Amino acid sequence: MDTLTFGLTLLVVGMGGTLVALATLALLMELLKKIFPHHNSEAK
Amino acid sequence: MFEAIMNGLSGLGAGVAHLQGSNLVMIAVGGVLLYLAIKKDVEPLLLVPIGFGAILVNIPLANLMGEGGFLRTIYNMGIANELFPLLIFIGIGAMTDFGPLLENPKIFLLGAAGQFGIFLTIGLALLFGFDKLDAVTIGVIGACDGPTAIFVASRYAPHLLAAVSVAAYSYMSLVPIIQPPIMRLLTTEKERAINMTERAKKTAPVSKNARIIFPIMVTIFGGLVAPQGLPLIATIMLGNLMRECGVVSRLTKATENEIANVVTLFLGISIGATMDGVAFLTTQTLMILMFGFVAICLDTVCGVLFGKLMCFLTGGRINPLIGAAGISAYPMAARVVQKEGLKHNPSNYLLMHAVGANTGGQIGSVMAAAIMLSVLKGMGIIP
Repeated sequence: MDTLTFGLTLLVVGMGGTLVALATLALLMELLKKIFPHHNSEAK
Repeated sequence: MFEAIMNGLSGLGAGVAHLQGSNLVMIAVGGVLLYLAIKKDVEPLLLVPIGFGAILVNIPLANLMGEGGFLRTIYNMGIANELFPLLIFIGIGAMTDFGPLLENPKIFLLGAAGQFGIFLTIGLALLFGFDKLDAVTIGVIGACDGPTAIFVASRYAPHLLAAVSVAAYSYMSLVPIIQPPIMRLLTTEKERAINMTERAKKTAPVSKNARIIFPIMVTIFGGLVAPQGLPLIATIMLGNLMRECGVVSRLTKATENEIANVVTLFLGISIGATMDGVAFLTTQTLMILMFGFVAICLDTVCGVLFGKLMCFLTGGRINPLIGAAGISAYPMAARVVQKEGLKHNPSNYLLMHAVGANTGGQIGSVMAAAIMLSVLKGMGIIP
């Protein structure tokens, strides 16, 4: 694989992959907060 | 008899006779690192053992990094097999409160943008003629995360380990100097003054169950998406699970204190031991230091620009300065954002949001490295 293809692939898949992965985690976290909401008793 | 005495005396002076100019320079570099650590309080926990290790390895004929030498033994014990950075990660996970991030999960995106410098720097290093794996290792300095940089370097480019480690830790400590000019350059006075104090009061707290499930969820998700980087993700999340579950406080305390301290000592002295003058004093090292600086600048640029995008999309409710905290340098980057925010609006407390972005950056850096390794595996670059 030539250097240009390698660099561009890593740039696109790497940056895109990181963004999509963390966006998915953010969505999963929102879901988790809905499934396990915080109760006032926990604060006490 | 006289000849025997002369031979004995020549043995005493052999070290001096074998001392090369490069050894002297590196002994001086070790001295500078010790000075920075002891007098200027720059990352002392790491720079003291690194500086001392650099001095030790440049004393000729002691052969401390030769087969059987004590520095080589420590190196083989935890750097050559990537164990030390992973043990450090357990401690980092145990010390990190992901609460501010979990309260506002959208901030995760800033943690991703703060890693873009890694990939841009890899492209630059390739343009400058570096080998593919060397370029990847140099780019990882942009993770602003010492253990990740050491993990990748020791596995794929051990000959760059010393330069990459020194660059990673040096620039992490220079974040308060590197970031503010970039933040001011890319934002307007009005943007910097956006008040997020009220927004902080509105965020709902996270339940204990959600906090416990979070590290397990990240580990499974990260492992499935990027199995090559699972050790990085799993260790930081194991530490965090131990912290949040609250039933293994002895283990949590051990990982954040005793284990982290012992491993930091071994890690530091092993890195110092790789700073042999002949191998370290090259133009390649200077270029790596330069690329490391560029990587952290690019991380900051991408983070702030992404913060501006989020500011625009939310109708001006997000202060773009918090984007700068999307890098993994925790908690320095968050403190820098808080300080800059206060300069432009004395009633604006950005710290909680910045800490959220900063912890997002910690997960982002390991996730970015994990994804990169899996992409490399997919392309057949690594086995």
